[in-house]
Amino acid sequence: MTDNEPLVRADGVTVCHGSRLVLEGVDLRIAPGEIVTLIGPNGSGKTTLVRVLLGLLRPGEGRVRRRRGLRIGYVPQRIHVEPTLPLTVGGFLGLGVRTGRASHRAALAEVGVGHLLDEPVQYVSGGEFQRVLLARALLREPDLLVLDEPAQGVDVGGQRELYRLIARLRAERGCAVLMVSHDLHLVMAATDRVICLNGHVCCRGEPEQVSGHPEYQRLFGPLDREFALYTHDHDSAHAAGTGEERRPAE
Amino acid sequence: MNLLGEPFVWRALAAGLGVAVVAAPLGCFVVWRRMAYFGDTLSHAALLGVALGVVLDVEPMLGVMVAALTTGVLLVGLQRFGEFAIDTVLGILAHSTLALGVVVLSFVESVRVDLFSYLFGDILAVTGGDIGWILAGGALVLGMLVFLWRPLLAVTVHTDLAQVEGVSVTAVRLAFVLLLAIVVAVAMRIVGILLITSLLVIPPATARRFARNPAQMALLAALAAAIAVSAGLGASLGWDTPAGPSMVVASAVLFLLTVTLARPRS
Repeated sequence: MTDNEPLVRADGVTVCHGSRLVLEGVDLRIAPGEIVTLIGPNGSGKTTLVRVLLGLLRPGEGRVRRRRGLRIGYVPQRIHVEPTLPLTVGGFLGLGVRTGRASHRAALAEVGVGHLLDEPVQYVSGGEFQRVLLARALLREPDLLVLDEPAQGVDVGGQRELYRLIARLRAERGCAVLMVSHDLHLVMAATDRVICLNGHVCCRGEPEQVSGHPEYQRLFGPLDREFALYTHDHDSAHAAGTGEERRPAE
Repeated sequence: MNLLGEPFVWRALAAGLGVAVVAAPLGCFVVWRRMAYFGDTLSHAALLGVALGVVLDVEPMLGVMVAALTTGVLLVGLQRFGEFAIDTVLGILAHSTLALGVVVLSFVESVRVDLFSYLFGDILAVTGGDIGWILAGGALVLGMLVFLWRPLLAVTVHTDLAQVEGVSVTAVRLAFVLLLAIVVAVAMRIVGILLITSLLVIPPATARRFARNPAQMALLAALAAAIAVSAGLGASLGWDTPAGPSMVVASAVLFLLTVTLARPRS
């Protein structure tokens, strides 16, 4: 086993839901330590591909190979806990790995929500719960973090913070990251490779390559211009209103 | 006459407590997983099991377990039901199996079957043998529940997350159905087929407001169930009301009291 061996590789993955072809001949590799972002419009099969890679869904054709002993930390899209279930954030973390309170506290602190340890999960807001889920994933000491739309329901400022956090976790822990996003520009700074999906792989490459690719422009064109405001101002503290001179050269 | 001197009273109390204390913690999962109607379907299928037991001349409790287990495994295995929603399928299964049970029993004229006692329980008639079944079944269920606790809770909170973290989801689901089937089988003699779900659902609902974590809720539910069984049995002896339904009424009264009097907590 070499270090360059992919953590996960998918070859020719094809999935049908009934008569509808959701994924067709998708190839994908995730190398150790890299951040890969899946991007695509609604119904493009992003979540389906993630489920296949996680082993939650068997592809109709093609195959998925995971490196032996691969530990995956999974952050699902949204989670609803029944109000009848009395569960604190600490109790929720304990469902993943059997570790003590101290490590729960440390994991929560690492993602910036240390104060939530004893809160009932039902009282935790959507954005905070994303971080709790991230903490549960980190407790597994994962080789690969998989995040399905981690920024859903989080405001733009919060999203950028979240992506920054993900980039920091990768830098500190060296784990690979696979994430699904609907907005390339927000994740640009935090991602190594982008795969643009629309049933099949439309284009792939570094973020700048993908954002300039005709297939990507065809899928995201109009939307892209609306969001252009935020491009490349990741390090600006007063970003939103001052995008004028930062408009990307197209 | 001093009822407390009668052995049947003590047998009834032992059987009632034995079933209630086991059904309540398991029932917490029924509540958390929103499976009350599922439990109802398994218990309705139990009458078909009774009928089969009578026809094949085996212990009815065994017939009930087989019928409940088959129904449950079928439901878990099928997962999808074409254009029908799960509650529609459960409704069809619950009532067709119950009706079929009654029809089959009516054919067996050689054996007189007291239908009423199967539908509403006959706790005052339990024998020492029944108590043996209840204790054995109850111990098995509690033991397995402790063993399954964490994976079952993980699956309850988020199935996909649990599976990615290495829980064998199908095995856990099937084991849960097995536990439900056992509880249905042993609870039938106590409160009857039509009221079994109340043992699974009311005590956990009563316990919810006082519990801060899942284990606490299970223990408090068992306590609430034990109180309801004792109170119901006492009322039944005092006022000569049917024992099973009296326990359920006591359980419901306890629920109402706690819901109105206790302040909600986390």
